[in-house]
Amino acid sequence: MRTRVFLLISIAVAAVVFFGARMVNNDYVFFAGYTVLQFIVLATAWNILGGYTGYVNFGSAAFFAMGAYTTVFFHKAFPMPIPILIAIGGVVSGIVGLGMGYLTLRLRGAFFAIATLALAVVLQTLVVNWDYVGGSRGAYIIRPNEIAWIGPYIQYLFLLMLALVVMSITIARWIERSQLGYGFATIRDDELAAEASGVPTLRLKLVATTISGALMGMAGAPFPYYIGYLQPSSAFGLEYAVNSIAMPMIGGTTSWVGPLIGAILLGSLQQIATVTISSAVNLLIVGLLLVAFVIIAPNGIVGLVQSWVRRREK
Amino acid sequence: MAGALLEVAGLSKRFGGFVALDGIDLAVTAGERVGLIGPNGSGKSTLVNCICGTLTNETGTVRFNGEVVNGLLTHERTRRGMARSFQLPRPFATLTVAENLRVPLLYTVNARPGSSLSPAELDARCGELLQLVALAGKATKLPRDLTQVEMRKLELARAMAAEPKLLIADESMAGLSQSEVDDIVNLLIQLNERGITIILIEHIMRAVMKFSQRLVVLVSGKKIADGMPADVIRDPEVERAYLGQ
Repeated sequence: MRTRVFLLISIAVAAVVFFGARMVNNDYVFFAGYTVLQFIVLATAWNILGGYTGYVNFGSAAFFAMGAYTTVFFHKAFPMPIPILIAIGGVVSGIVGLGMGYLTLRLRGAFFAIATLALAVVLQTLVVNWDYVGGSRGAYIIRPNEIAWIGPYIQYLFLLMLALVVMSITIARWIERSQLGYGFATIRDDELAAEASGVPTLRLKLVATTISGALMGMAGAPFPYYIGYLQPSSAFGLEYAVNSIAMPMIGGTTSWVGPLIGAILLGSLQQIATVTISSAVNLLIVGLLLVAFVIIAPNGIVGLVQSWVRRREK
Repeated sequence: MAGALLEVAGLSKRFGGFVALDGIDLAVTAGERVGLIGPNGSGKSTLVNCICGTLTNETGTVRFNGEVVNGLLTHERTRRGMARSFQLPRPFATLTVAENLRVPLLYTVNARPGSSLSPAELDARCGELLQLVALAGKATKLPRDLTQVEMRKLELARAMAAEPKLLIADESMAGLSQSEVDDIVNLLIQLNERGITIILIEHIMRAVMKFSQRLVVLVSGKKIADGMPADVIRDPEVERAYLGQ
């Protein structure tokens, strides 16, 4: 299937989701749905670096927060429509991603993961001490109640996030099937052999950290409008880092479908748990599921299905 | 030597206090078949790694096709026409056999100026290479489904896919049976007849003697002999290194 056809189909599916949600006529559907969609973008973005090239990023929250705080900054300094803020957030986080990639080029495995974690701590410390964006007190963003054409503002945010979902999975799928995807896979499999086959591994790693970071920043940019009050501990929350890793792992990391399935499944489960049990149970669920999957199905749901299909063929 | 394809001069490499290579000089003319032998730990693979850019040598120069390649990254050297196979096969485990060959086609052949293969041409090229190493039936298999000898053939085919001027085969026959060794030697000679210069690193003397037009011997990081295979193996110094006194 060509990328253009895929894009059209995803837009159609997204339209069905949006109008389906409107039919329910309950704002809560949009509130909960927004979070799930946001996790699809985050999981897909994480997977471009973590799944395709095999570099585990523990600092997803930092990229997300960079996007969110870019919005806070411009909301105060120079108010702009959210779509533009999303683009700016993407650029800022993309640059942070490029910088992180550049500084950690020679690190592999656990050392890379630790470096990303350190990056998150450094950036959080910077934000906490930056008074203009609220510092440790946090920042309020008063969003309008309604917006023209669409109605309730939350529906507008939902629609924006839906567009980001379409964009990110289209990018992920395109990468997978392009020359870039082959290059990423060789980095994951064997960097030495990749270099010997002519793959410029250092450059491709930078491409991966930049794309991945940019998409995470874009997912974070509308967040202040969603939450209304942004503080460092919520933007840099552990749940973003953990979920961005857990969702692709549970869904399957080798294809764009994995993070999508993982995020829908885990995201919805968390929303249901928040309402029925308590919001504190969320991370427990993620943790338990992650442990279970690592043991039972290390290649995630996609891997389970693939091996089942392969067994049927034999 | 003027007109040498590969020219290594005064190359040294140390790991901490251990001198792995000590002032190696080596020139290989285009079209030649050179065998490189030496006891375990004599620095053969280290030399290959320095030539290909996987390791950086402290002193000495590596000149390839008239150009000094010191400081160039491995992939840049590959694109200039240097290819190597690894001692232990290192296939891309999550890609199919055909895709393994596609990588050097996309990243090396297509990266050269004036070359752009269409998807159909890529497929055809993969098919030819698989035919050449008799793996055509396994194109869609994953490397883990291959046998040892098939894995080594894949390793060679992947190096071949980059359309090199110089191919360095690092112990591509270790652990294979006699007939399998013959298979690979014949394959290498066939490649050489197509104009590819080949350096073969090997322990199996029968294969080395059959293959090499020239034999180079490394012992503890030093080159102790370089010449006609028949003369080299009668060299007393070489005998001493291999058999002891």
